[in-house]
Amino acid sequence: MPDSLRLALVIAGKDIRGELRSRTALQSALVFSALVLVVFNFARDPTALSATDLAPSVLWVTFALAAMVALNRAFTVERENSALDGLLLAPVPREALFLGKLLANLAFVGTVELVTLPLFVLFFNVSLGHALPGLLGVTALATIGFVAVGTIFSAMAVRTRFAELMLPVLLLPFMVPPLIAAVQVTSRLLADRPLSEMWGWLRLLALYDIVFVTLCMLAFTAVVDE
Amino acid sequence: MTGEAARAAGIVRRGIILSGLGLAGLAGVFVLALGFTPVEARQGLAQKIFYLHVPAAWAALLAFSLVGVASILYLWLKDPRLDRFAAASAEVGVVFSGVMLTTGPIWAKPIWGTWWTWDARLTLTLFVFFLFIGYLALRAAVHDAAERARFSAVVGILGLLLVPFIHLSVYLFRTLHPQPIVLKPSAPSLPPEMLTTLLVSTLVFTVLYAGFVTARYGLSLGDEAREESRDAA
Repeated sequence: MPDSLRLALVIAGKDIRGELRSRTALQSALVFSALVLVVFNFARDPTALSATDLAPSVLWVTFALAAMVALNRAFTVERENSALDGLLLAPVPREALFLGKLLANLAFVGTVELVTLPLFVLFFNVSLGHALPGLLGVTALATIGFVAVGTIFSAMAVRTRFAELMLPVLLLPFMVPPLIAAVQVTSRLLADRPLSEMWGWLRLLALYDIVFVTLCMLAFTAVVDE
Repeated sequence: MTGEAARAAGIVRRGIILSGLGLAGLAGVFVLALGFTPVEARQGLAQKIFYLHVPAAWAALLAFSLVGVASILYLWLKDPRLDRFAAASAEVGVVFSGVMLTTGPIWAKPIWGTWWTWDARLTLTLFVFFLFIGYLALRAAVHDAAERARFSAVVGILGLLLVPFIHLSVYLFRTLHPQPIVLKPSAPSLPPEMLTTLLVSTLVFTVLYAGFVTARYGLSLGDEAREESRDAA
């Protein structure tokens, strides 16, 4: 297993290096999520709805859309020049391959989220205060789950027609439980509520992560192997 | 006509006969619902839609569960019959979900005063419908038959596991946030006429499900046979 982990890290490293060299996808995803935040600001009536009431949902819809853009890219890079075939020919267990792709996607989506968060604080005038560690924690917990499902779906979607459309149609229903839970926890964190009020949601998120990361890892073979 | 095509035609015929029986049964359900059952005291005639709505929901959830089960078995056994069945079941499931999602609001408007609420059960069934649609959209977008079968099996399995999560999250969501008080059909026990009609209707919808799926299965088998003979020629 440590060997698989090492291979996963090698694959993730390859993706991250490639991304850092071109930077096109990362830059577009960052600009995209900044734009979504700006558009949201115009979509609300500031006299009717205070920014703090709306803020958690805005944050998570932005994260979800940004993740979608990021995940679309995950396997399109492998499709070019049939890079995926090369990867599949390498003596790498499929679980390690999935884990590597998952880690690279998490790094990508995590970066976008980390940059979006200060912009969100700026645009929506939210005071994070000591909610920041909790917010980072719940962001990690929710992101792991839907990025795992997104990774396997993006591997499928690139093999279909209308790949860019197929991924959101498949993935959005799967984003519903983590998004509901994350929005609930975020709004309680911003309102300084005690941990006991978030406990149920946090457990739901943890369970979702465990179930879907395991399941996607096992099912990945069925997606890539003929 | 090749042997395979003849077999497909036979299955389609059986499916059509079964569907015909189901449709005749459905006419019987209408008669029972309108003539045999009493008018509900508080809801009046609007309650009659119950005899279609609940069995349609049953058939939709049956269809969905069987897609999940067939998907698990497909990845294990790699039998193309399982894939064909899952596809047929998903398509029929969309139809029954559609019936459920249209009869529901028609009833809810006079009784709840609104077409739609974000009640846990409503939200869950809506997402089951979306999952079906996504499943079928994926099937339509993959050209290679073996690849299509593997991909859709993965979606079918993940979808089966997603349902409890959606249920849990919308349930937590609803119980933590008080909802406007809605009138619920809180009948602890149904009068025997109502119960009989409901059970008959559930049986009829199950027959319809079996009929539609059999016919659809035969049709895809026929399609495959025709494509094969065209490739051979």
